Amino acid sequence: MVPKNVRYAETHEWALVEGDVCTVGISKFAVEQLTDVVFVELAKLGKKLAAKEPFGQIESVKSVNDLYAPVAGEIIARNDALEKDPTIVSGDPYGTGWMVKIKMTSKGDLDKLLTPDQYEKQIASQGH
Amino acid sequence: MGQRTVLYDWHVSHGARMVDFGGWDMPVQYTTIIDEHSAVRSGAGLFDVSHMGRLSFGGPDSLALIQLVYTNNAATMKDGQVRYGLICNDQGGIRDDVLVYRWPYGYAMVVNAGNRSKIVDWIGASKGSMNVQVDDQTLTTCMIAIQGPNAVAMCKGLTDVDGGSLAYYYAAPTRCMGNRCVVSRTGYTGEDGLEIMIGAAAGVALWEELIKRGGKPCGLGARDTLRLEAAMPLYGHELNEDIDPFQAGLSWAVKMDKDNFRGKEALARRQGDASLRRRIGLELNGKRIAREGAVVKANGKPVGVVTSGTHSPTFAKPIAMAYVDPAFQKVGAGLAIDIRGNDEEAVVVSLPFYKRAK
Repeated sequence: MVPKNVRYAETHEWALVEGDVCTVGISKFAVEQLTDVVFVELAKLGKKLAAKEPFGQIESVKSVNDLYAPVAGEIIARNDALEKDPTIVSGDPYGTGWMVKIKMTSKGDLDKLLTPDQYEKQIASQGH
Repeated sequence: MGQRTVLYDWHVSHGARMVDFGGWDMPVQYTTIIDEHSAVRSGAGLFDVSHMGRLSFGGPDSLALIQLVYTNNAATMKDGQVRYGLICNDQGGIRDDVLVYRWPYGYAMVVNAGNRSKIVDWIGASKGSMNVQVDDQTLTTCMIAIQGPNAVAMCKGLTDVDGGSLAYYYAAPTRCMGNRCVVSRTGYTGEDGLEIMIGAAAGVALWEELIKRGGKPCGLGARDTLRLEAAMPLYGHELNEDIDPFQAGLSWAVKMDKDNFRGKEALARRQGDASLRRRIGLELNGKRIAREGAVVKANGKPVGVVTSGTHSPTFAKPIAMAYVDPAFQKVGAGLAIDIRGNDEEAVVVSLPFYKRAK
């Protein structure tokens, strides 16, 4: 079961919208696929992003992956704790493992994301 | 679909993620790489290494044939001894790295999974009129590695010849749970441990017994981080047909005073060639992992290439092995590695990165 209060990108980021601010992280499924996270790098404060543009990278022992902005906007907060201890992401991906907050350009971007039910179907077909 | 070991169904039913390795579907991890790595450094891990090729040599010319294709000297081995060496092409490049076993009745050789058919063909082509029967027993047997500081004690009573009675790099034919087997004090993790070769039909029962005794199943992911910390080369990464054993830092496994062997003439020329790149170890100051293919630079210019890199679970920092130009091989040399467009600081360190306390 994935959290129902957020929307999801096909690339496994979650998006929680409050007002015009979108908090972004990656799903538990993504964390379980990566395992052994050793490095998280996030774009600078103030960086303006298009939807689906990389806002950082997450590296595990096995591989390095880009993190994609689920919505367009400007980075107004970063979770700097992740650079010191990237394992926070694995431990609490929907909570203290959040990555960035984006001030959204357009609320319409949210409708392009997957609903929790759609995302659940996607990860069920990708399997473990 | 790749080839499957006799333990394939066990791996899948116990949640292993499977990957292709040398044409075989093998478990890369059951839990996490760091978790499995730590189990081997502190306790005992189990590895299904049945994909490795197991060749048996019988007949009066077995030794002569092995000597012809093998860079180390099998003639000075004692019964039960195991010895590492290379098989080289006629240009001195490495076709495979192998273990040779000497038995009272013949010899055996363990080769890399991905090189097995190539090596079987090479041995066949080198044999000429020699009286040797080479029997590829890979598919009729299985092989399990038990590695870690508790590995030998954990196996006490499992085999009639106790693994603890074997010196390092010795092996014995014996019995295990009612079946014929070979127990060998060898491994690929930098830890003490055993490897057991047994008939394929007995593989699952042995694996489950080893788990009951406290062994933790480990995948190829941990095998890679463990061997990298121990600076053991991996074929296809540190070793290939263009690299010679001297470049790879394996001169100890080449006996140039031995009678003629394939590649010897070329190796005699390459041995003293100081212009060739050599294998070195690198530690990185940052957190990014330098992976295979990353370019090593000095003063902004490329001077080498990474062949393997990972996050070292033991040292909690990135480590890598690379081949670099002669001027940059000294321990302490400061270099840079281009990781996705960022030049990351690295320093040449002595190998191995990790050595167990004796």
